[in-house]
Amino acid sequence: MLEVTNLTKHFGGLVANDDISFGVAEGEILGLIGPNGAGKSTLFDLITGFQAPDEGGVRFEGRSLLGLRPDQINRLGIVRTFQKLKPFEKMTVEENVMVGVMQHTANMSKARDHALTMLSFVGLLEKRRAHAGTLSTGQRKRLELARAMATRPRLLLLDEVTGGVDQRSIPGLIALIERLRGVGVTLIVIEHNMQVLMSLADRVVALHLGAMIAQGTPAQIQADPRVIESYLGTAYA
Amino acid sequence: MAAPGFLSETPDDPELAAARAEPLRAPPSRGQWILGAVIGVCLLAYPLVFDQPYQQHVLIMIFIYALMAQGWNVLAGYCGQISLGQAVFFGIGAYSAAFLFSNFQISPWLGMAVGVVVSMVVALLIGIPTFRLKGHYFAIATLVIGEIAQTVFINWEYVGGATGIWIPIEWDAPWFAFQFHDSKLPYYYIGLGFLALACLCVYWLERSRTGLYFRAIREEPEAASSLGTDVTRYKLIAIMVSAAFTSVAGSLFTQYILVIDPETVFPLILSILVVLMTMMGGVGTLWGPIIGTAVLFPLSEMTRIYFGGSGGAEDLMIYGALILLISVFYPRGLIGLVHKVMGRGSHA
Repeated sequence: MLEVTNLTKHFGGLVANDDISFGVAEGEILGLIGPNGAGKSTLFDLITGFQAPDEGGVRFEGRSLLGLRPDQINRLGIVRTFQKLKPFEKMTVEENVMVGVMQHTANMSKARDHALTMLSFVGLLEKRRAHAGTLSTGQRKRLELARAMATRPRLLLLDEVTGGVDQRSIPGLIALIERLRGVGVTLIVIEHNMQVLMSLADRVVALHLGAMIAQGTPAQIQADPRVIESYLGTAYA
Repeated sequence: MAAPGFLSETPDDPELAAARAEPLRAPPSRGQWILGAVIGVCLLAYPLVFDQPYQQHVLIMIFIYALMAQGWNVLAGYCGQISLGQAVFFGIGAYSAAFLFSNFQISPWLGMAVGVVVSMVVALLIGIPTFRLKGHYFAIATLVIGEIAQTVFINWEYVGGATGIWIPIEWDAPWFAFQFHDSKLPYYYIGLGFLALACLCVYWLERSRTGLYFRAIREEPEAASSLGTDVTRYKLIAIMVSAAFTSVAGSLFTQYILVIDPETVFPLILSILVVLMTMMGGVGTLWGPIIGTAVLFPLSEMTRIYFGGSGGAEDLMIYGALILLISVFYPRGLIGLVHKVMGRGSHA
């Protein structure tokens, strides 16, 4: 479904992404791991058009995404969330979600109906009239998910699902992602919580200092000496 | 390929059904309808009751400034793009009406339309390069463009240079020439009409997809973009609408004053004034620009009377102090105060 080939991005002398290649099959959940600064968010930026790669390419269902703007890429069926959450703070929760719906309809009331369906899906329906700025971090994550889903993506890129969320909210978020897979959305998930990732992901790609150091099943990744050395630490060995 | 299945399905959920049954925006209450009707009747009757030229003059100027402030409000208040060069569009509107009539005897009504078109084209030419700039840089760019426009018109002899244009007085065809010498009433009602039209546009904007995108762009442009919003396109729409309102205000001003020059219609202070007026009333609200103008314009006239209109900035010092007070106590502008008072009233 998604094909990333030899993707490279430099920022000055820093190599953020170095010759990264992998594919994502339809219906799959691909985990993306690596320590801070490994280039995970940059990779999302390159795939979704927020940054242009120096070398390499990205193809979605056979079509090159190079040179397309984020909104054009979104219309093809790819959506991302942000590690640093970006709610439209002075808009209500339902208006936030409507922004995602409105590329499919100019009718405000139809868009609102659909936005409410998304909010009910992520369990934020009762907050629909609240300003997004008043939500807790866990609620903001749910809002980002609802907003992203409102654009009707086929590929969803989630940047840190459980980061900064209190322990109690994590199982709910994981259940949500499982449900997304259930309705046919393909996912790439950046996640630091290894337990979460191991239970969710079909395959994992590990990055370190911009380079891909391993890819495989969660079990293979957990046993990979380079991953253990650079990221997991010896406790996992 | 079809979108994921649950997206089209309507779950049989009573809570969801209840949420859907709510109106998207609460319709105006009966009290608001009555208040609106009273204000409307008062505005229509005002010049018939207060027939002194000065009494009418103040309202006419408020209409013109409020129209311009509403233009800034669309671009900055709703879409978040802070322009400090609105005088460019005001000046284009002013010059289009004046120049086409004095040189080619073209009716200023048509001149006004030409001004709107030219302003919108100029808005595009300003927007396409400057909307690549983020945040403060757009504001600075518009500030500079405003100064350039004034310099260009001061040196452009074909349109009158620094002395500007004295519009030929026409006694026989007031509606064709858009000049009314016997009474200020036509100016009053035309100004009120255009302001009402602009407010209707903003009313519609608040309830439309375009307005939703504007606010999303104001809040988080990257998130809006990731959700499929063509950010640059909607910023360009915002600046074009803003330019159109402002240009009409410029044409109205010209026809009312009948003499213009670059110092009057392109000054930086004009660009700043509309910002202050809107901020004072409430940025990104329908009534904010009007409330702000209605308070600030008479205030500036009064300070000019009491402190003398020698070009000193006494009125601006008072503006500044007021803005400071408002932003400390009512960060959302005077409209915040209005809501507070009205909210209290309805609970009582």
